[in-house]
Amino acid sequence: MTGSRPGRAALTAAMVVATFLLLPLLAVVPISFTPARFLSMPKGSWSLVHYRELIDNPDWGRSVLLSLRIGVVSSLIATALATMFALGIWMARPRLSALLVGFVLLPMVVPPIVSAMTLYFLLTGLSQLTGLLGYDAWLGVVLAHVVMIVPFAVVLILVALAGVDRRIDLAARGFGATLTQRALRVILPNIRFGVLMAALLAFVLSWEEIGVTLFITSVNAITLPRLMWMGVHDNIDPAIAAVSVVLITLTTIALIGRMMLHRADA
Amino acid sequence: MHARTPARTGFLLTAPLLAFLLLAYVVPFLGVVQWSITLPEPGFSQYRKLATDPLALSVLVRTLRICALVTVAATAAAYAIAYVWVRGTPVQRRLAELCILIPFWISVLTRAFGWLALLSNRGLLNTWLQDLGILAEPLTLVRNEFGVIVGMTHFLIPFAVFPIVSAMRAVDGRVLLAARGLGASRLRVFWRIFVPMTFAGIVGAALIVFVFALGFFVTPAILGGGHSVMVAELVYLHMFQSPDWGLGAAISVMLLLVVGLLMLLLFRFARPAGLRASR
Repeated sequence: MTGSRPGRAALTAAMVVATFLLLPLLAVVPISFTPARFLSMPKGSWSLVHYRELIDNPDWGRSVLLSLRIGVVSSLIATALATMFALGIWMARPRLSALLVGFVLLPMVVPPIVSAMTLYFLLTGLSQLTGLLGYDAWLGVVLAHVVMIVPFAVVLILVALAGVDRRIDLAARGFGATLTQRALRVILPNIRFGVLMAALLAFVLSWEEIGVTLFITSVNAITLPRLMWMGVHDNIDPAIAAVSVVLITLTTIALIGRMMLHRADA
Repeated sequence: MHARTPARTGFLLTAPLLAFLLLAYVVPFLGVVQWSITLPEPGFSQYRKLATDPLALSVLVRTLRICALVTVAATAAAYAIAYVWVRGTPVQRRLAELCILIPFWISVLTRAFGWLALLSNRGLLNTWLQDLGILAEPLTLVRNEFGVIVGMTHFLIPFAVFPIVSAMRAVDGRVLLAARGLGASRLRVFWRIFVPMTFAGIVGAALIVFVFALGFFVTPAILGGGHSVMVAELVYLHMFQSPDWGLGAAISVMLLLVVGLLMLLLFRFARPAGLRASR
């Protein structure tokens, strides 16, 4: 990159924006140490009572385990479906591929509230057939999450495939490889990093999904975001501050760690 | 030679996802459309209600007002930080990247709660201002439209950053140097050359923010506290608080139509603009 560096005015503006972006994340830290049972600043005495609450109240642990389970299962299903779809588009290049890709990306661009209505309709309908896969059941949440996260997985895998040299596939074909061999032994190893990233992104999106989950769960399938929603929306519980501190810390560590790894690579 | 994989393979590989989305997404959406024209009675009464009901109209006007303000604020803020992320020194770039990515990866709930922690009556800001004797009574900064605008702007800035950054990366730094060499001031180079060259990114960012903001639900519900209901929250209220499924469905269908039109606009306008910018 050549050209001049940002001047003082530009740096000041960027610093204002950066402060705006980080301030609410920092504000939860002191709130999480309040001894009071309502949202407030700790005055004089700091307390760990809300962190204890996270351990003592089994609801938190249960919802974390449920969110992990839903996240892992829906990420696996979504990644498998997305990988097959992307391979099909890449290998066969069907005539309408742009249209097909556009179609599977729909849940990503449709407003979440419309998707929520749609999936609410689906799951309440399925509940009439089986309780296992319907409204307020964990497998129902998996079904809904797969719909919501699969477009993101498709995008990441298509991007990975765009970097694969078609000639290696042609060579494999020339040597008589079958379709399965080409897909599993030639193409997949070349995009394994992209597939892994897709699975990771799909997991994170399911882990923090709330817009749709709110519509399709009530008392049984309480995921972590659902439990947090109850703590924020109905009455403000400072335990939410403690959870938030934990989540923010984990995210920050992961991002800084990734940045250091990248630097080590370069 | 371009040996083609048989179409059958492509079909077999793509069919599972296509069938899944057809059954789990398209068909149920048609069900929602059906709700909108059959509940409580067959016909278009719910759509007529939407067009005439003063409550629905006031929610619509408020939604458009909030979305417009959020779009301007988030795009401008994103431009400022994207500029440093693209053109800063290596250290500045790393810091800018962290400031964008950390909020981006944190869930919408945590971020909305952060604003409650900062701005509510017993939150950080009001407590400090009162302890310092600047305020006697706490300022009401959340549970109103101001809180909604602040929270939504915060949520949407990272989404606006990405298109702007890619437009800025495409700018050839030598053009800027040439302009400086020809005697233009830094300010003039920025406004007359850099901003026009990244205009496609600005338009793309603004449209993305506007479209996202239209269907926004979680942040307004938390930071508006029921005093500043937007379209998406109205759907939720009609589904679960004062049930009128037909009306909720009708609002969803209308919202999808509006967003669809805006997306068409995005492709029509941003694509050619993107080509112009990269030329």
